[in-house]
Amino acid sequence: MGIGARVALELKHSNEHQLLPFAVFRTKMNAPRELHLGELRFADFTQPMPASKRAALIQSLRDILPAQDILTTDEALRPYECDGLAGYRQMPSVVVLPTQESQVVEILKLAHRLDVPVVARGAGTGLSGGATPHRGGLILSLARLNTIVSIDPAARTARVRPGVRNAAISDAAAPYGLYYAPDPSSQIACSIGGNVAENSGGVHCLKYGLTVHNVLRIRAVTIEGEIVEFGSEALDAPGLDLLSLVIGSEGMLSVVTEVTVKLIPKPQLARVIMASFDNVEKSGHAVANLIAAGIIPAGLEMMDQKMTRAVEEFVHAGYDLQAKAILLCESDGTPEEVEEEIGRMKAVLSDSGATDLKVSETEEQRLRFWSGRKNAFPAAGRVAADYYCMDGTIPRAKLGEMLNRIAEMEVKYGLACMNVFHAGDGNLHPLILFDASKPGEFHQAELFGAEILESCVEYGGTVTGEHGVGLEKINSMCVQFSPQERIAFFAVKRGFDPAGLLNPGKAIPTLSRCAEYGKMHVHRGALKFPELPRF
Amino acid sequence: MSPPVPFDPDWIRQSSEMILEAGRAGCGLKIRGEGSKDFYGSMTNPEARVLTTLPHAGVVDYDPAELVVVARCGTPIQELESLLAKSRQMLAFDPPRFGGRGTVGGMIATGLSGPRRMSSGAAKDFVLGMTVLDAQAQALRFGGTVMKNVAGYDMSRLHTGAMGVLGLIVDVSLKVLPIPPADSTLIFEVGAQDAIDWANAWAGQPLPLAATCWQAGRLRVRLSGAAAAVRSAREKLGGELMPQAQADAFWQGLRDQQDEFFSVSSAAPGLHLWRLSVPSTTPHLTEINDEQWLEWGGALRWIKTQAPAAQLRAWASRHGGHATLFRAATDDARQQADVFTEPAAPLMKIHQRLKQELDGQCIFNPGRMYAGL
Repeated sequence: MGIGARVALELKHSNEHQLLPFAVFRTKMNAPRELHLGELRFADFTQPMPASKRAALIQSLRDILPAQDILTTDEALRPYECDGLAGYRQMPSVVVLPTQESQVVEILKLAHRLDVPVVARGAGTGLSGGATPHRGGLILSLARLNTIVSIDPAARTARVRPGVRNAAISDAAAPYGLYYAPDPSSQIACSIGGNVAENSGGVHCLKYGLTVHNVLRIRAVTIEGEIVEFGSEALDAPGLDLLSLVIGSEGMLSVVTEVTVKLIPKPQLARVIMASFDNVEKSGHAVANLIAAGIIPAGLEMMDQKMTRAVEEFVHAGYDLQAKAILLCESDGTPEEVEEEIGRMKAVLSDSGATDLKVSETEEQRLRFWSGRKNAFPAAGRVAADYYCMDGTIPRAKLGEMLNRIAEMEVKYGLACMNVFHAGDGNLHPLILFDASKPGEFHQAELFGAEILESCVEYGGTVTGEHGVGLEKINSMCVQFSPQERIAFFAVKRGFDPAGLLNPGKAIPTLSRCAEYGKMHVHRGALKFPELPRF
Repeated sequence: MSPPVPFDPDWIRQSSEMILEAGRAGCGLKIRGEGSKDFYGSMTNPEARVLTTLPHAGVVDYDPAELVVVARCGTPIQELESLLAKSRQMLAFDPPRFGGRGTVGGMIATGLSGPRRMSSGAAKDFVLGMTVLDAQAQALRFGGTVMKNVAGYDMSRLHTGAMGVLGLIVDVSLKVLPIPPADSTLIFEVGAQDAIDWANAWAGQPLPLAATCWQAGRLRVRLSGAAAAVRSAREKLGGELMPQAQADAFWQGLRDQQDEFFSVSSAAPGLHLWRLSVPSTTPHLTEINDEQWLEWGGALRWIKTQAPAAQLRAWASRHGGHATLFRAATDDARQQADVFTEPAAPLMKIHQRLKQELDGQCIFNPGRMYAGL
């Protein structure tokens, strides 16, 4: 769900284990390995922590942290009840705010000893509920581990603590002509620790890669309180590639305390082409044609007509309101390189049927062209009471077809949808508009979203390109992965966290959860209590 | 359009039977393609049965406009690259083809990358998804054919470079890139330390630096990119322009380690080829007076030496890197030394647990990475 959504629902998720008693697992012969899932104890994360356990936890935390860094009152805990997925709210038992790695080590050892679930949290801007609290657990905020430890301009690396904001790294590297490439839209607020947890992307990742391509080394603490280093400041490290495994693991394998990122030279110049199309399929083909011509744009974004109209009203970027779709196609590099590439891009876009082409002449104009795209979410928040932001990815060639399908779904569910795409990566962000105050609309929006994600899987894509699974898309994981594949994920989880205490219940659905979802799925649209939030 | 059937059913059936049989018998399997990298990694148990990937060959899916290719494990790297070249695309991580050979399965299982790695990224950076057969001989599919995918743990990257110890790679989907429109190589007469300093300074500027190699007092710098960018970089950097045919042959030879320097011989039993992976700004290794080749802007150092493993490992570790016994002169030496540097204890514990969880019966390539793994 997008940041603009104002609907607040009490968590009723994941209570299927109450419906399906634990004994069911024990009699399931074909799923022996799920028996060992430590997490099942915490599968219902709406359960509060017993009062005596909570008292003991708080008492022991006082040996580790100053009293003001332990939050226990409702008033102090309230800001932590949700992340950017504001529709899912729940109070944690306790929040801790360590300022040093040694405190993180002690907190995790304590949680391990007392069997307390731990949800790590950065800036709380995530869009999939990865940092939604566990009612009976601890929120481990890393926001105060926020120093830039060092910048090495010669080696082009920066060592930073997890609470450092994404944009702050580029700011600190700017005097050396360097920057950190991944640029999620929330980059002024989101922290690098959260970027690592979600493997965040951004509008420039077609050319410059995701977080996983731009991180060299991670220092982390295991649930057992051991300090480990994944990767290294060399270009590789011996053994299994645990660095790539930990990136995007949604806080379920270890807690990050330091990150070494790659810095790259800032391009001398960037210019963007704004291309109009009178038909969305044509714009989809233009994307494929650019790539087929051997061009890798620095950014390649698409917006449909509904989206451009909504943002134009908001930011006055000068968008073509008659176009059914517009593409923003950026080139960066040396001035000679950009001129050459812009020429090639214009030729391909014209041949692909663009009805109008505008090229930014100044940096100010370039930023104005981009401002609409970057403000797509707030603009959606202005035209609708609430919106639900999806994050599927499909092969680029399917973009046009997908847009047509979404148009059909708008009729089917009776809700409007605006579309912004990281077209170069095939990553879709349809924004489903609804009004949570109207009974049943949120539920319809969720069904609409689930159908979009199923189409993504059907087209050979994925249910999440960059926002993560968290709580939000946990049921869609059942569509994308087989039971055997999910068992393999749990095996990896046990390799790092045998007790199942790190962010339990997120990202990977249990077999029983998927069985339950399958049943709901069959009866979709005919649920007994359609007004009840289900997951 | 439904995708073509990715599997050769006969090979899958035979491989599955071998995996299940190995699980019952408690013996291991040695996964092997063309055997071009037999020399690499620790020795597997000689009693392990060989599971050949060669029958499972061929490109399953390739759409140049998607920048994605899906290939079966037994596909020769050269065959795959010839296909890509027809659409002016390439594997940007320059995987080595030792002796001109090597298959996609081995390329990904070893995760080795060539000269362009410093600019384009490593093998793991181009892996988008794969199918593996697990220890129960079940086909598991992770990732896919799209650029961005954060659903579930990144299992396909975990298998990349895992030396086959976690499962059998059946097919792989890879991101490919356009062949850069322009390419030039410059030569500079310079000492090793200056070469390291220059390469790091250039890498911090917006230059189309693709690869570097220093050896015997000469630094070769490969520039790849838009014609205008390569032209202006040439003017800026100076140096002597290498004739293009000669340059192409040089980089291909480096990538495939064709020079005599990279070979070892049982006639000189103590002389091994070591691979030192260190931060690019690490000072030149001067304590050992043997021939060295430097790649990746200083981040990769090759040395052929009789120096003891402990000395090389201590030097690499002091600078934040690691040392690999890349080519041992004899099997004895390979058996006695650890080929790969062992990670710190808490990290090794995670390795062991992962192996236990994913291949508890030690079916896949036992010992190829570390003893007991």
